[in-house]
Amino acid sequence: MCASVKYGSRGPALIPRMKTKYRIYYITLFSVVLLGLIATGIYYITLFSVVLLGLIATGMFQFWPHSIESSAEWSLDRRSVHDAPLVRIPMSSPIPERGDLSCRMHTCFDVYRCGYNPKNKIKVYIYPLQRFVDEVGVPISSTGLSREYNDLLSAISDSDFYTDDVSRACLFIPSIDVLNQNSLRIRETAQALAMLPRWDKGMNHLLFNMLPGGPPDYNTALDVPRDRALLAGGGFSTWTYRQGYDVSIPVYSPLSVEVDLPERQPGPRRYFILSSQTAIHREYRVELERLKEENGEALLLLDKCSNLSQGLASVRKRCYKGQVYDYPQILQESSFCVVLRGARLGQATLSDVLQAGCVPVIMADSYILPFSEVLDWKRASVVIPEEKLPEMYTILKSIPHRQVEEMQRQARWFWEAYFSSMKAIGMTTLQIINDRIYPYAALTYEEWNNPPVVKWTSVNSPLFLPLIPPRSPGFTAVVLTYDRIESLFRVITEISKVPSLAKLLVVWNNQNKSPPEESLWPKVAVPLKVLRTKENKLSNRFFPFDEIETEAVLAIDDDIIMLTSDELQFGYEVWREFPDRLVGYPGRLHLWDHEMGKWKYESEWTNEVSMVLTGAAFYHKYFNYLYTYKMPGDIKNWVDAHMNCEDIAMNFLVANITGKAPIKVTPRKKFKCPECTAIDGLSLDQTHMVERSECINKFASVFATMPLKVVEHRADPVLYKDDFPEKLKSFPNIGSL
Amino acid sequence: MQARKKYVLLGLCTCCWLLLYYWGGLQERLLGLLTHRRGEVVRPWPNWLDRDLLPGYADQAELQNAGGPGDSPRQRRQSWAGIYKDSRCRMDTCFDFARCQGQSSFRVYIYPPEKGERVSESYRKILTSVVESRYFTSDPREACLFVLGIDTLDRDQLSTQFVPNMDERIRGYPLWNDGRNHVIFNLYSGTWPNYTEDLGFNVGQAILAKASLNTEHFRPGFDISIPLFSKEHPQKGGERGWLVRNTVPPRRKYLLMFKGKRYLTGIGSDTRNALHHIHNGKDIVSLTTCRHGKDWEKHKDARCDHDNQEYERFDYQELLHNSTFCLVPRGRRLGSFRFLESLQAACIPVLLSNGWELPFSDVIQWNQAVIEGDERLLLQVPSTVRAVGTDRVLALRQRTQMLWEAYFSSVDKIVLTTLEIIKDRVNSHISRNKFMWNALPGGLLVLPEYSTHLAHYPFYYLNLGKPVQKPTRRHLNQFGVHAVIVCVLVWVSCQIIILWNSEKPPPHRSKWPPMPVPLIITDGRRKTSSRFLPNAAIETEAVLSLDEDTVLLTSEINFAFHVWQSFPERIVGYPPRSHFWDPVKKAWGYTSKWTNEYSIVLTGAAFYHRYYHHLFSHYLPSSLRALVDRTSNCEDILMNFLVSSVTHLPPIKVAQRKQYKEMPILQGTKMAPWANPEHFTQRQECVNTFASWFGYMPLVHSQFRLDPVLFKDHVSVLRKRYKDLERV
Repeated sequence: MCASVKYGSRGPALIPRMKTKYRIYYITLFSVVLLGLIATGIYYITLFSVVLLGLIATGMFQFWPHSIESSAEWSLDRRSVHDAPLVRIPMSSPIPERGDLSCRMHTCFDVYRCGYNPKNKIKVYIYPLQRFVDEVGVPISSTGLSREYNDLLSAISDSDFYTDDVSRACLFIPSIDVLNQNSLRIRETAQALAMLPRWDKGMNHLLFNMLPGGPPDYNTALDVPRDRALLAGGGFSTWTYRQGYDVSIPVYSPLSVEVDLPERQPGPRRYFILSSQTAIHREYRVELERLKEENGEALLLLDKCSNLSQGLASVRKRCYKGQVYDYPQILQESSFCVVLRGARLGQATLSDVLQAGCVPVIMADSYILPFSEVLDWKRASVVIPEEKLPEMYTILKSIPHRQVEEMQRQARWFWEAYFSSMKAIGMTTLQIINDRIYPYAALTYEEWNNPPVVKWTSVNSPLFLPLIPPRSPGFTAVVLTYDRIESLFRVITEISKVPSLAKLLVVWNNQNKSPPEESLWPKVAVPLKVLRTKENKLSNRFFPFDEIETEAVLAIDDDIIMLTSDELQFGYEVWREFPDRLVGYPGRLHLWDHEMGKWKYESEWTNEVSMVLTGAAFYHKYFNYLYTYKMPGDIKNWVDAHMNCEDIAMNFLVANITGKAPIKVTPRKKFKCPECTAIDGLSLDQTHMVERSECINKFASVFATMPLKVVEHRADPVLYKDDFPEKLKSFPNIGSL
Repeated sequence: MQARKKYVLLGLCTCCWLLLYYWGGLQERLLGLLTHRRGEVVRPWPNWLDRDLLPGYADQAELQNAGGPGDSPRQRRQSWAGIYKDSRCRMDTCFDFARCQGQSSFRVYIYPPEKGERVSESYRKILTSVVESRYFTSDPREACLFVLGIDTLDRDQLSTQFVPNMDERIRGYPLWNDGRNHVIFNLYSGTWPNYTEDLGFNVGQAILAKASLNTEHFRPGFDISIPLFSKEHPQKGGERGWLVRNTVPPRRKYLLMFKGKRYLTGIGSDTRNALHHIHNGKDIVSLTTCRHGKDWEKHKDARCDHDNQEYERFDYQELLHNSTFCLVPRGRRLGSFRFLESLQAACIPVLLSNGWELPFSDVIQWNQAVIEGDERLLLQVPSTVRAVGTDRVLALRQRTQMLWEAYFSSVDKIVLTTLEIIKDRVNSHISRNKFMWNALPGGLLVLPEYSTHLAHYPFYYLNLGKPVQKPTRRHLNQFGVHAVIVCVLVWVSCQIIILWNSEKPPPHRSKWPPMPVPLIITDGRRKTSSRFLPNAAIETEAVLSLDEDTVLLTSEINFAFHVWQSFPERIVGYPPRSHFWDPVKKAWGYTSKWTNEYSIVLTGAAFYHRYYHHLFSHYLPSSLRALVDRTSNCEDILMNFLVSSVTHLPPIKVAQRKQYKEMPILQGTKMAPWANPEHFTQRQECVNTFASWFGYMPLVHSQFRLDPVLFKDHVSVLRKRYKDLERV
C-alpha cells in the first residue's frame, strides 16, 4: 500500500512504460504455461498451478513499481518525521542578533548568490529536516514539524524555484518550523538557526511565521533573534515590517480544508454587515452593539456559543441570542464582514471571510495587509481606522452597489489565488521576492490583481498612449502582387500622387515569374522596392519588412485602382488620429446566423461595419509583428493553406488586442469585387462567401471569443457633401465613382 | 521416470522463474538508472510516511481567538502617540485627523511670508501651486495641512539659499505644534562629504516631501518622495513628452547611454567611477568626466584624460533622443535631474541608486516604467537591457510618457500629487486605488469623491473586461422645446432634465408637451456654468446637453449616441469650431468659420460622459467658472479644454442634417446671444485665458467627422438606418 502511494507520486510519465513491461512479462509467462501443458499433460495441472501461483505472486511483487527506485532512495523516502537526525544544541551555542530594522534588499541581501539568469528565477534551497534538541534532550519546539509547514516545503520543493544544489541557491529555507511562535523555545530556536551550515548571519534565509509574539504584549514580528534573515510574517505592523525586505503573509486558516464554500455570485446578501469574531475587545463590542441598535437587521453580531462545550464543535458554531449559526457558512450570507484586530494584528478570520466572498472591513491600525506589496486591497476590502468604527455603517453604505459586487468577486479571487493553501501562500511569497531580485521581469499590477475572468476579457492595448503621430514621416505602401502587371502599374501611378507617401514596396509573390525590368516600371518620386518572396503565401503581405521604416503601412492590392489620391491622403490623416486601429476603405460585417447557429460574413450594403478589407487599409507596422509572430493558434497556416481570409485574420487580431473597432473611411465605391480576386472562374461569388463565413467561425473558435466590434459610423472629411466651395475643401475628390 | 519428469519440469519452471526475475530485475534496474540519468529530480522534501499525522501549526480555537481581545484600544492609541514619534511617525500617530473632518475639508494653509524673507525660485513655484490649488485656504483655523513660508528646499549648509536658525524660527510659530499636520518640502539635504538625510533642524512630526529619500529613513505611509526638479521646471502645463510615435522596431540608435560627472572621491563615487566599464563605444555609450568642482585635478586618476576626451565627442541631448535606455545612477544624493530628463525624453531609465525611495512610490508602479538595476550588479546591466523584448520596450516607453505627463511635467503637478496622496490617506475610504493612479489619464484627473468605482469613469472601459453599460435607448420624437426661454435641456437616454435658467418661473407641469420619459426641472440659478454642475438627477453615464433653440432629429441623436458609445471619454457633438495660433497678435484665435478641421464642438448639442460634470465643477478653479458666469459665455469652450486636456485627443463631430442655428429666428424671441459681435471677441479672450490657466493649449485638431456608414451613398434610402439625416 505504501508502495502504491509512492508510485502515485512518481508522476504519470512512467505509467506507459510499466504497461509495456507487464505485457512482456505475461507473454513469457503464458508461453511457459503452454509449453508446460503440452509437455506434461493434464496430470500435472495441480502441481503446476501451485508453481504458477507462486510465480505470479513473486512476479507481481517484483514488477510492482517499487523496483524503479534504487533501494537506498526507497528507504530514504519512506521515512517518518521521527527518523530525522537528531541534533543536540550545546548550551553555549551562539545566538543570532535580533532582526535589524534597517535591513533592505541592497544592504542585508547577498544578490550575487542569485546571479543573472535568463529565466529570471531565483533558486531556493531547503535544508534537510533535523530534530533539534537542547543539551538535556528537550526539543526546541513542542509541535516539531507541523502539517502546514510540511505542505509549504513540499510545495516549494515541487516548484520551479527549487534546487537541491546548495551552492547554486539564492534563497535558503530552514526546515525549522517557526509558523507559530507559541510552540517555540525562543532561545533554542535561535541557536538552532545559527547552527545551520549556510546561516552566515542569516543572509538570504527566509523564515515563515504566521503567529508572532506571545502574551502579554504580542509583538507583531517573530521574537526569535534571526540576524539578517528575511521574514515572511503574518501580522506585521508598520513598525516591524521592513518595507521591501520582509513579506507580509496571511494567517492560514485550516478551516478551508474542512469546509468547502462554493463560490457565490456577487450580489446583495441577507445581511449587510456581519461580525463573526469571538475575541473582540469589550469597547469595540459595545460600539458594534450600538451600531446594531441603530441599523437593526442589516447587522448581525455573532459571538461564541456559551452553552456548547469547548472543542472542535464550538469552533464551527456562532451564536446570537441563543440562535446558533454555522461558521464559516454564515459568512456567505453577508456583504461585508468585520475583521477587527485582536491582541494579534493578523487574523485567520480574514482568510475565512475572503473565502466566503464577503468583503472584509479591516479595522486594525498599523496592520500591513497580506501581500500588500503587490495586491491592491482597496479593490477587495474596506480599511477603516479603528477610531472610525462608529462611522462604519455610513462609510459602507456610501459604496456603490456595483463596486461592492466587484469587491466580493475580488475578495474571493484573492483567496483562491493567494490564501487558499500553504502552497499558494508559499509561492506568492517567493514570487514577490523574485520580483524584487529581478524587478525588470516582475509581474504587473494586472497580473497580480485581475481575476481570470477580467484577464480574459479585458484588453491592454500595446499602443495605449493617446498619440497623434506627426504627418511628416508619411506612410509606406505595400502592394501585394502576383502577375497583373498592368493593373499593378496603374495602382503604383495612382498611389505615387499621394503627398504623404514615403516609400513603395511591391511584394512580388510569383516565384515562377520575375518582376519586369526596372526600366519598365512607372517613374515615381519616392523610393520603390520590389521584394521577391520564397513562397506564394498571403501572409507575406503582413511581414514586418525592414524596408518599412514608417509607422503607418498602407496595404493595397494590385487591382485597387479606383481610390483617388485625396481618398488615400484622407485615409492617412484619419489613421494618424487612430494609430492603433485598422483604417480601411471597403467595410464588411459579421452577423450571427440564428438559424445555423454560427457566424456569417456579410458584404452587402449594411448600416454597420466590423471589419475593413486589407485590400486597401492603413495600419500600424506593429501589427505586422503581431500577425507574423504572435498570431494565435494555427490561423496563419490556415490562411496560407486556404489562400483566403488574411484580412479577416488581421481584423480579428487587431480588434482582439485593442478592443476597438476598425474605422471605415469615405463612402462606398464600386470596388472591382475585391473579394473575388480569382475571378477567372476559379471561385464563384457564392462559394467565396461561404468560405469567408467559415473563416470567421474558425477564427472565433481559435480566439475563443468574438473580438470584432460593430459600429455604425465611418469617417468623412469635415466638409464632405457640405454646401461649401469645393476648391476650399482639403479633400474635394472623395466618393467619386 | 515420472518423478524425473516432475523434477525436470519443476527445475525448468524454477529456471524460467529465476531467469525472468533477474532479467526483469536487471531491466528494471537499467531503466531506473536511465531515468535517473535523464535528470529525474530526486524528490527533495520527503513525502513523510506520517505526514497525515503531523500536528496543525495552531489549533482552531487558538486561531480564532487570535490571542484574545488584547489591550484596551483607547489606551493603546494613547500609548502609541507617546512611543511612535519622530523617526517612527505614521499617520496614525503623528497626524491629527480631527483637523480634517468632513468631506470637503482638506484645506491647506501657507504661513504668510515674513519681511525680508528670500524664497528661492523653486519654492516660490511650490507655494504658488498650493495657493492656486483648490485646497488652499487663508484661514489657519480651517486648515488640515500647513506649509511653511520659509524656504526649506535647500538644506545644504554650503548653499547660498540655506536658511539658518530654522529651529528657533519654527519654534516661534504658534501653529507649529511639533510639526503635526505640516508638510516640509525639501530637495537637498546634508552636505559634503556624506550628504546625509539631515535637514539641519528638527522636523518633528511633520510630513517630509523630500527628494532623494532613502528607504531606511523613509517613514512608510507618512513621508512622500518627490522627484528632484530644476529651478527651470515650469510652473504649469509643462512640456509634453518627447515621444510622438511608436516606431517599430522600437530600438533606437543607442541601446544604453550615460553622460555625466564622475566623482573622484566621496559618497557616490563608487558607482560613477565604475560606469566606464560598460562603455563599448557602439551601442552602449557611457561617458564620464572628471571635470567638476574646483580641485578635481588634485584627485585626478589615470583614466581622467582619456575619459574627458571621449566625453566631448557626444552630445547629451543627441544621446537622449537616440537612446533606448538611459542610465540614471545616483549622484552625491540618491536622486538626480537625469531621472526626470530621461522620463520626459522617453528614454527608459535604468536606475542605479540603491536604497532610493522612488518618487511617489506610494502610488506609482515604477517597475512598469523603469528598469530597476542594482549598483552592485552594474556589469549585468547591458545583458539585462538587451534581454528586454520589443513589446516590453514599447510598453515601458509609453509608460514613461504617461507618468511624465500625469505627475511630473510641472511643479503644479508635483505639488498637487503630493497633496492628493496625503488627502487619500486622510479620507482612506474615499481614495483612489492603485489602478486609478497608474492608468491613463492619471490620478490627478480622477476625483474619488465622484466615485471609487472604476466602471463609473469613462476611461477604463477597455481594462475592466466589460463593455460600457449601455443605457436603454428610447426613440424620442422631436423635442418640442423651443418655447422655453433661456433654458438648457439635458437628455439622458430615458430621462430629461431641464435646467431652468430664467427669472420667470417654469411653466406648470401640465403645459409641458407629453413625454414618455421622466422630466425633471431644476433651477439653474441663472448661471451659465450651472449647465455643467453635477446633478444628482443624472443617473446614466451619457449626457446629451442641448440648448433650448437646438432642433435635432431623433435619428441624429440616436446616431450621435451610438458614436459616443465607442468614444465615451470624448465629447461627441455636431457644430464644430476651431482655434488657431495668430502669429501677428501672438495669441490664440477662435473661429466659427467653416474650416477643414476643428478642435471644439459646441455643447449646445453634444454627448459626453457624466463624469465631466464633476470635473468641471471640482477640478477647474472657481475663477474660470466665475468668468463663465460673468460673461454668460464660453462654458462650451471651457468644457472642450477640459476634456481635451484629459484625453489629449480632439472631440468628435458627427453628421448633422443641416447647419446649426440656421433656422429662422422665431418671431418675438430675443436675438440669440451668439449673433452679438461682442460675444465673439469674448470667446477669443476666453480661449487665451483658459490656455494660460492650463499652461498649454490642450485643444487638438481633427480632420474628419463621423457619418453613418451609408451616408449619402448611392443606394436605396430604404436600406439606410439614418435616412432622416439626408433629407433637406
